[in-house]
Amino acid sequence: MQSKLCECGHSNPYGTSLCQACGKPLDNEVEVLSSMRYEGSARRSQTYKSTIVDRVWNFFSSVKVGVWLIVTILVAAAIGTIFPQEMFIPPNVDPASHYESEYGTLGFIYYLLGFHNLYGSWWFIILLGMLGLSIIIASLDRGIPLYKALKTQRVTRHDQFMKNQRLLSVSHDVEMEEIKYSLETLRYKVREEEGNLFAEKGRFSRWGAYVNHVGLIIFLTGAMLRFFPGMYVDEILWVREGEKASIPGTKSDEGQFYLENNDFILEMYDKNDKKFNSALSSVDGEVAKNYQSNVTLYKTEPAHTIGEEPKLLKVKDGVIRVNEPFKFDSFALYQTDFKLNEFYKMSFKLEEKSTGKFFGDLTVDLHEPETEYDLGNGYRVEILDYYPNFVLNEHNQPATVNNLPDNPAFVFAMYSPSTPKGEKAFVGIQKNIESGDNQFKMSFAGIETKDLTALTVRKDHTLWIIALGGIIFMIGVTQGLYWNYRRIWIKQNEDGIWAAAHTNKNWYGLKKDLEFLSDKTNLTPLEDKEIDSIK
Amino acid sequence: MSELSSTLLYSAFIIYLFSTLFFAMSISDKKQSKAAYTKRWGRIGFISACAGFLFQLGYFITRWIASGHAPVSNLFEFTTFFGMMMVLAFIILYIIYRTNGLGVFAMPVAVLVISYASMFPREISPLIPALQSDWLKIHVTTAALGEGILAISFVSGLIYLIRTVDQSVSTKKTKWLEIILYSLLSVVGFIVVSLAFKGTGYETSFEMMNENNQPTKIVYEMPALAGPANGKQLDEGFGPLFSTPSWMNGVDASIKLNTFIWSLVAGLIIYGLLRLILRKRISAALQSKVNNMNPELLDEISYRAVAIGFPIFTLGALIFAMIWAQQAWSRFWGWDPKEVWALITFLFYAAYLHLRLSRGWHGEKSAWLCVLGFWIITFNLIAVNLVLVGLHSYA
Ligand code: HEM
Repeated sequence: MQSKLCECGHSNPYGTSLCQACGKPLDNEVEVLSSMRYEGSARRSQTYKSTIVDRVWNFFSSVKVGVWLIVTILVAAAIGTIFPQEMFIPPNVDPASHYESEYGTLGFIYYLLGFHNLYGSWWFIILLGMLGLSIIIASLDRGIPLYKALKTQRVTRHDQFMKNQRLLSVSHDVEMEEIKYSLETLRYKVREEEGNLFAEKGRFSRWGAYVNHVGLIIFLTGAMLRFFPGMYVDEILWVREGEKASIPGTKSDEGQFYLENNDFILEMYDKNDKKFNSALSSVDGEVAKNYQSNVTLYKTEPAHTIGEEPKLLKVKDGVIRVNEPFKFDSFALYQTDFKLNEFYKMSFKLEEKSTGKFFGDLTVDLHEPETEYDLGNGYRVEILDYYPNFVLNEHNQPATVNNLPDNPAFVFAMYSPSTPKGEKAFVGIQKNIESGDNQFKMSFAGIETKDLTALTVRKDHTLWIIALGGIIFMIGVTQGLYWNYRRIWIKQNEDGIWAAAHTNKNWYGLKKDLEFLSDKTNLTPLEDKEIDSIK
Repeated sequence: MSELSSTLLYSAFIIYLFSTLFFAMSISDKKQSKAAYTKRWGRIGFISACAGFLFQLGYFITRWIASGHAPVSNLFEFTTFFGMMMVLAFIILYIIYRTNGLGVFAMPVAVLVISYASMFPREISPLIPALQSDWLKIHVTTAALGEGILAISFVSGLIYLIRTVDQSVSTKKTKWLEIILYSLLSVVGFIVVSLAFKGTGYETSFEMMNENNQPTKIVYEMPALAGPANGKQLDEGFGPLFSTPSWMNGVDASIKLNTFIWSLVAGLIIYGLLRLILRKRISAALQSKVNNMNPELLDEISYRAVAIGFPIFTLGALIFAMIWAQQAWSRFWGWDPKEVWALITFLFYAAYLHLRLSRGWHGEKSAWLCVLGFWIITFNLIAVNLVLVGLHSYA
């Protein structure tokens, strides 16, 4: 495709509508003002329209399409809030029936359409991808030619270009030096050429849109990187008071981190506190003031052989509260949940039923019970079966729900010199089942409890990318929306001095500048061809 | 200290009312004596808006001292603050454009927001651990400022529509304008019925099952039009006419719905009375008051408010919110309804900017969009708390 030579001598790429140097329309049909948005530069989307690639390019570079994408995502996002998303419904229910039973037929349809998991659905992700693509293509299509055009623009503009501007006037007897001085007091950058002036201010704001779009793209990329392995760790860690646990997700060549829970603290607001008295008296129950875990971080010694108990080296002490995560390495631990008074150890005494005499006692660690407890003098107790969270299953057999000792129950075998074959007893909380002719029984002697803390273990290598995207976006919007690009051309012609002005937005502000200019100099006030002046 | 704080808020409220009045004086006059008269009342209106703002700032600071935390932690405090930010936004835009007409509409809307706020429990309440964060304060205040500025774009767009929509015939546009004005009047209705029933001390109570299937007693302070789902009335009070759908979450859902219906009814009565008195559409009656205003300037102001408000809103409602969420919940985004509606607001104004800057949607189209945008903001402030409860529900 051939380039177009303007009469001013500038060679313009194919597809240009206004000469990039002097602004002369290169075609009779060109409307100057509407071409000013992108300086009449050669945009790919306006120039090439035949191949498939062109069509895809043109589709995504259209602002109409862009707005449709934004609106579609907006509507989809709103639909996702009509009923709770799957992640907010109770974890132990079946979503298929939950939506119907809670929200009726509409809920059922909602579930059928997959709206219960809308934000993770393939089509929502594709919409986001298309939005990203559209932002990239639209920006490249406009940004690059715009950049070139603003760089090559000359001071002296073609008459046609001046005449078609929205703000225009012709004056006589004007001192160019005066105008230049006034423009400079308005902090315009003024250039001079052959006695003509070109003043511009805030050109950088013209890049605002492109900067903010770059920020958005970086942000979206960061959000997508989450799905790559190694970038993101999200685990939950329960630790009992006084115990150490290995922190999931933190194993590396240098070793593995362990965390000790020294103390879990739950504080409530004092109902008698004068400050909050009236608010607290109107709620039932108490209002939490603080959830806190005091912890110590350890790391295994680097050179430890497999199979050996790892040796732990203390790294540091710390405090974890809601809103105050504990950070180490590239990880952070967040106070997420807790459990107070979990059963920890249960104590029993071996009792002779007829005499009520005790023959030693034992304490069972409910997480790691021993199989046998020797009480000396020929007395001992075996644990034949252990149900940490006891229930009777559908066959009426003893079973356990899970490994948490919420309702511990045991089958004990008790041995004594007089009962060397052993006697069996089933013992749980408030339960003691045994054959009637047992001589011995296990009598309950006490229980110890402990608090647990639950911490979210998080590593997120995408955070800095997201943050960077956010910062660039904010810079871009501020730059583009709080500033604007104003240009004023002053040209000496035979019939007087022509003045024309243009801005990409905020004509109100530009007009104030021009009023100042015609107040201070002899310049004829510029007239607005579009509106009779805002005021 | 907390008494001083209430007094300051009350004073601010009264001053705002006067400011509205002064601004109204500045435009009510006919053409002749225009210049000096308008200028004087406009200046007095503006000065009183600033004075009211300072009083409210005083309320804010003293309440902060009294409670020990930034007073933006419950619905009363947040909504009051939102009203204050609207006034601030108005002051900023007035300094740029000096249009008295804007004050006539912006100040009463702010007054309405603050009266609405004061219908919520006003006690100083303690902060639960999740809310004890500096980022939360920064997030809430910045978001409210952004929303306040965007609210001015609504006010200006609304005046634009009142000024330009043809009132000689009844069209879809005139109907929508009436609906908008009616919704504003429903807020007045809400305040009137709340005060009225509080004044008479009306109460009726129900027993219902809460989320954990425990029987709970709930107390209505207005006659029950909408009863609780599966509730049993415990006294001989009026109603209920029907029961609240069970999918509306929370024990208080039915009380909120009931109040909402009362507000709509009261709004309708006020609207009807006004129509009877004015003998024409309210927007038609208002039109004659704003005839002197320049539509291009109104259009410019409403766009400018979006241009200024959008970055602040994004910073406050999305970016600072994400920083807080990262700290409190270990993830910066969780698709919680309140978050999603902030995102929707963001996307909506992004669409507005593209339509305006790239597709030339000026004037009327742009004004309707500004109205819709404000609807989204208030929906997020009110309805999301009412129906779609999430992490952020304060109550
Ligand atoms: C949520 C997504 C988006 C956001 C937040 C966004 C934000 C913005 C903002 C704030 C502006 C005005 C900046 C200024 O004038 O200084 C702008 C301009 C623009 N945007 Fe977007 N945008 C988004 C998506 C898109 C998409 C999908 C397209 C694709 C067509 C697009 C194309 C444009 C164009 C062509 C401009 C005008 C550029 C110019 O004036 O040179 N944007 N965008």
